[in-house]
Amino acid sequence: MNTNVLAARRGLTRGGIELRQTFTNAQDLWAYLFPAVLLLVVMTFLRGASVPGTDFSLGAMVLPSVLGMNVAFGGLVNAAQQLTVEREDGTLLRAKAVPGGMLGYLVGKVVGVSGMVLASVLLVLVPGLFLFDGLVTTSVGGWLTLGWVLLLGLAATMPIGAVFGSLSANPRNLGLVVLPIMGLIAISGIFYPVTNFPEWLQGLAQVFPIYWLGLGMRSALLPGGLAAAEIGESWRHLETVGVLGVWAALGLIVAPIVLRRMARREAGSSVAARREKALRRIS
Amino acid sequence: MSVSELSVPARGARPGPDVVLDVRGLRMRYGQVDVLDRVDFQAYRGEVLALLGPNGAGKTTTIEILEGFRMRSAGAVEVLGVDPARGAEAWRARLGVVLQSWRDHGKWRVRELLRHLGSYYTPYSTESTPRPWDVDELIAAVGLTEHADKKLSRLSGGQRRRLDVAIGIVGRPELLFLDEPTAGFDPHARREFHDLVHRLSDLDETTILLTTHDLDEAEKLADRILILAGGSIIADGSADALSRRMSTEAEVRWTRDGERFVHSTSDATTFVRELFAQHGAAISDLEVRRASLEDTYMALVREFESGRGDAAARSFEVVSR
Repeated sequence: MNTNVLAARRGLTRGGIELRQTFTNAQDLWAYLFPAVLLLVVMTFLRGASVPGTDFSLGAMVLPSVLGMNVAFGGLVNAAQQLTVEREDGTLLRAKAVPGGMLGYLVGKVVGVSGMVLASVLLVLVPGLFLFDGLVTTSVGGWLTLGWVLLLGLAATMPIGAVFGSLSANPRNLGLVVLPIMGLIAISGIFYPVTNFPEWLQGLAQVFPIYWLGLGMRSALLPGGLAAAEIGESWRHLETVGVLGVWAALGLIVAPIVLRRMARREAGSSVAARREKALRRIS
Repeated sequence: MSVSELSVPARGARPGPDVVLDVRGLRMRYGQVDVLDRVDFQAYRGEVLALLGPNGAGKTTTIEILEGFRMRSAGAVEVLGVDPARGAEAWRARLGVVLQSWRDHGKWRVRELLRHLGSYYTPYSTESTPRPWDVDELIAAVGLTEHADKKLSRLSGGQRRRLDVAIGIVGRPELLFLDEPTAGFDPHARREFHDLVHRLSDLDETTILLTTHDLDEAEKLADRILILAGGSIIADGSADALSRRMSTEAEVRWTRDGERFVHSTSDATTFVRELFAQHGAAISDLEVRRASLEDTYMALVREFESGRGDAAARSFEVVSR
């Protein structure tokens, strides 16, 4: 069999092992549960309020939006964070020293990060279905939409996250990625309909994947009538596929170049130098 | 004539099937500085080579170029017959690299990680070299059987280092690179590691290139010692040959009439003969201690650094195997 196919299969195993490790580890479990609980509490408080111009619960509208946010945030930040950390601690160099190891590593990361994102989506979605009324859960089309939005969202965010992760040499710089994302979340209509924002802000939000992921998830889980509260009074699936597709294409073109350049530079001495630096930070 | 040209073994004119490492005129330049300047050496199948040298002499850079992790500026390098700058995955499968680990794979368990990393080598298994090693056998060989189910983050420094070695050899490499393998080992772990290296080179004919600051270790492990200073190889030969050729003095100790004597001489044999001729049976507890590798190394590096590097190297006839 082709050695690349085999290495990719090792990567699937690797992703599976890392997912099992993260789900059987108290610290990681807390990192999944805490934000999920926090978000559910916020939504519960918003349950009494209604979407402007309708009598639909704002909490129920926020739920699918938050799912979209989790996909974007999880895809970007997890990919970026794991790459920087594992570059610093030498995981990547180890992969490089093994035949086919880099391919296996990358496949493993895609599996691992996707699994983590899926977990963070389920942890909000499943309790949310019991907490909120008005969500459409009986439509097969709705679930299919949720599926393709999730997949396209991962494709649009993970490669970009990997690019950020390869460019930053220091895990501490991750704040530089997280802060702008927080800003984008605030203007992307996740917790409040974007139509109530000034038009230039709406325009800015529509450049980035977060808005479209929120919109796509709302289209999957909200009644059709609520499309009236969106820009253009439509779920705009075509545009969603278009914008997310452009981000995915951009990421898939740039990420291999940046990743290859980063991987080429990995050597024992560079890991040792970063280790020295990190130890100085600690002491 | 340059120093390094003198250190090329005459028989290595053309790499034969037994030449595992062939380095000629290797140069590495950072900006305006040549970190390595015309480095030449060969290694033959089953040989254990120790690369010694002061900090900053370029040992790690040399190893990283050979491992294919770093691009060289000039020179011809062949590792297992392949230019490491163009080494494909099948080439990589024949190499073992022992990295200094730190906190990578902290959530993985010892057996789990070895099994996973070993699985990448299965497509490169051959009749004569089944790859990878049996995981439990390998764990036993590095003395980690009791810890096989422990998470890496819970291993001690020495245990972790032994795991690094295990990861480096899990694919049954034909050529193994060890960069300061025993840093942080206690004497017991060090002894076990030395046994493992002997086993690898004797039974599996693994060629090993190691760097170390422990000259005792180099003397014990290496068939041949390379001293890298100022960016080139200033000496190349067995520990024994190096200390014979460097005109360091031997120390003779003896007891006569209950009194202890010490004398330094460059010709211990003649001195001892005369000693016995003079005192005969009155001499007891005779000890002749030839210069250790450490003495030789110090003398060499000192000579090199005081600008007489050429002279020092010339006093060495190169000893091939």
